[in-house]
Amino acid sequence: MGKLIIAQNVAAADDVYAQLIDAHEGKTKADSDAFNARLILTLINHIGDAEVITEALAVAEG
Amino acid sequence: MTMQDRYPLAYRLYPYAKSPDQDAASPVRHPVVVVGGGPIGMAFALDLALKGTRVLVLDDHEGIGMGSRAICFAKRPLEILDRLGCGDPVAEKGVVWNLGKVFHGEKQVYEFNLLPEKGHKYPAFVNLQQPYFEKFILEHVQALQAQGLPLEIRGKNRVDAIEQDADGATLTVMTPDGPYTLKADWVVACDGASSPLRDMLGLGFEGEVFKDSFLIADVRMTANFPTERWFWFDPPSGAGASQLLHKQPDDVWRIDFQIGWDVDRKEELKDENVRRRVSQMIGEEVEFDLVWTSIYTFQCRRMTQFHKGRVIFAGDAAHQVSPFGARGANSGLQDSENLAWKLQMVLEGTAPEALLETYDDERIYGAKENILNSTRATDFITPKSEISQIFRNAVLDLAETHAFARPFVNSGRLSVPCTYDESRLNGADDLVGGPARTRPGSPCPDAPLGDGYLLNALGAVKDARFQIVGIDTDVPDGFTAHGVSCNVLPLNTADNPMLRDRYLGAAKGAVYLIRPDQHVAARWATWDETAVTKALGRAIGKEL
Repeated sequence: MGKLIIAQNVAAADDVYAQLIDAHEGKTKADSDAFNARLILTLINHIGDAEVITEALAVAEG
Repeated sequence: MTMQDRYPLAYRLYPYAKSPDQDAASPVRHPVVVVGGGPIGMAFALDLALKGTRVLVLDDHEGIGMGSRAICFAKRPLEILDRLGCGDPVAEKGVVWNLGKVFHGEKQVYEFNLLPEKGHKYPAFVNLQQPYFEKFILEHVQALQAQGLPLEIRGKNRVDAIEQDADGATLTVMTPDGPYTLKADWVVACDGASSPLRDMLGLGFEGEVFKDSFLIADVRMTANFPTERWFWFDPPSGAGASQLLHKQPDDVWRIDFQIGWDVDRKEELKDENVRRRVSQMIGEEVEFDLVWTSIYTFQCRRMTQFHKGRVIFAGDAAHQVSPFGARGANSGLQDSENLAWKLQMVLEGTAPEALLETYDDERIYGAKENILNSTRATDFITPKSEISQIFRNAVLDLAETHAFARPFVNSGRLSVPCTYDESRLNGADDLVGGPARTRPGSPCPDAPLGDGYLLNALGAVKDARFQIVGIDTDVPDGFTAHGVSCNVLPLNTADNPMLRDRYLGAAKGAVYLIRPDQHVAARWATWDETAVTKALGRAIGKEL
C-alpha cells in the first residue's frame, strides 16, 4: 500500500452513502449493474493512476 | 504428377519450370532455402539476397493467392519495404483513412480523427488488398533478378519431408515432374498458419484457442461512400459480435462480419445471404457488387521456440493472432527484418551463431505483445462473462457523451513495432534526458532530413550493417570494430529540427548506435570509442 488513500477521507459520509443508495432506487438489477459499471469507470478515470487502481482492487478483494 | 492448388491464384507470376537441381546426381546444397512465397517469405528472401546471400524460395503454388486478406499495412512494414526498395508502390496504391466511427447496436457512439504525427515518410497505415502488396514485392524482386539478384523462386515446389543434421537440412520436394532432394544450410519456414514444416518437425503451437469465424465480403460501390473505418459492436442485424467496414483501393470496401463459431459455411457464403448482411449494414438503397467472399477462423497462439536446429520459423507459421489490430502480416514482416541481418552476419562469420537465439528472444517478445493486444481486443469485442459484458457496455454508453471513456473502447490496437526492452543485444542508455521513444531496443522513428527522410538515410548504404548517428555532437568519419564496418551519419538539429524531440529530448547532443533493422542498440551523450566498441560487440551477439 502506498498511494491509495485508506485513511478516512469523506467528511459527509452519511450523505455520500445515501446518495449512492438513492441513485439505485427504482432501478432493475440490470440497470443497477450497468450504473455501477459506469460509476466505477468514471471514478477510475478520475483517479487515473494505475498504481492507485491496483491498490484499490486489492482492498476490494478483501 | 498433378499437384492441386489449395487456393485460387490472383496472379500467376512464377510458373513451374524444371530446375537442373531435379536431375542432379546428388542433392544440390543451398545456403538458405525459404519455404513459402507469401509476403513474409518473399520479403525475407529479398532482404537477404540484397545483402548478397544466395536464396532459394520454394512455393507450392505458382503465384499470389486470391482475396484481400491482410488488408491493413502499418507504418513499420512500409518502412521495411522502403528499405528493400518497394515501399512507394504500396503507399501510392494504398488507401489512407483518418476518420473512424464506432457504433453500438443501432447507435453511433462517437467518431474520431487519428490526427497522425507529422514528419514521417509513411502514414500510420494504408489499406491495400494483400495480392497487390505481394505483387509489388514480387515485381521488385523480378526486376532485380533481371539485374542479377541472387534470389531464385521455384513455383509448384512443395516440401513433403525434412530431415536435419548438425549443419543443415535435407528437403524432399514434390514437383509436377515428381520429387527431388535438396540440401540447405538454413531453412526459413514462412509456410503460414497451418505450417506443414512445423508439423513435420512435430513442434507445438500453443496458446489460447479462440473459436470464432469471420465472413468477409469485398464489395464494390461506385456511389460516393466515405473513406472511413466503421466498427460495430453488437451490430443491429443481431448476428455476430462485430462488423468492420474498411475502404480499399479500386472502389472496394472490405466488410468483416464476426459470425460465431458454429455456422453453416456453405449457407453463409450464398450470395443472397451475404448480400442481405451487406445491405443491412450499408443501407438497403446502396448499390454494390460482390467482389470476393470468404469465411475464415482464427486463433491466438505461438510456437514456444521459433527455431529448431537449422529451421527457423517466421510470420504466421510461428505465431497467430486475432485480426483485431492488424498484427498478422505486420508482425511477420518485423520477424523477417529481425532475422535477415542476423542470419546474414552468421553466414558471413562476423557474428556467432548464438546471435540467432536473439531472434527467438526478440520476436517471441513481439509475439507475446501482439497476442496480448489481440486477446484484449477480442475480449472487449466478445466479452467472456456477464460482468465483462456489463463493463464493456458501460464503456460504450459512457463513450457516447464522454471522451474520457473512449480510450477504453477496444476494437483492436493497431500494430506498432515492438520495442525490444529486455533484449540481450541492447547496450548502454547513457543519454540523460533522452526521449523514451528512442531508448535502446526501440525502432527508430522517422523524421524529415533535408529533402528526404531519416530512415532512408539509415538504409541508403546497402552494405552498411550498423549505423552510427551523431546529432549536434562530433563523430568520426568512419568506424570499424569486431570486423563490422559502420556507416557514420553526422546530423544537426539546426537543419533538421524534428530530430530534437525524437532523438535528443532534453540532451544537448547524442550519439546513436543503430542496428541494420533500424532499432536502437545504444546511445550516449558524446562519442566514446571504447563504449561504442563494447555496444557494437554486444549488439552482434559477442556477449551472449
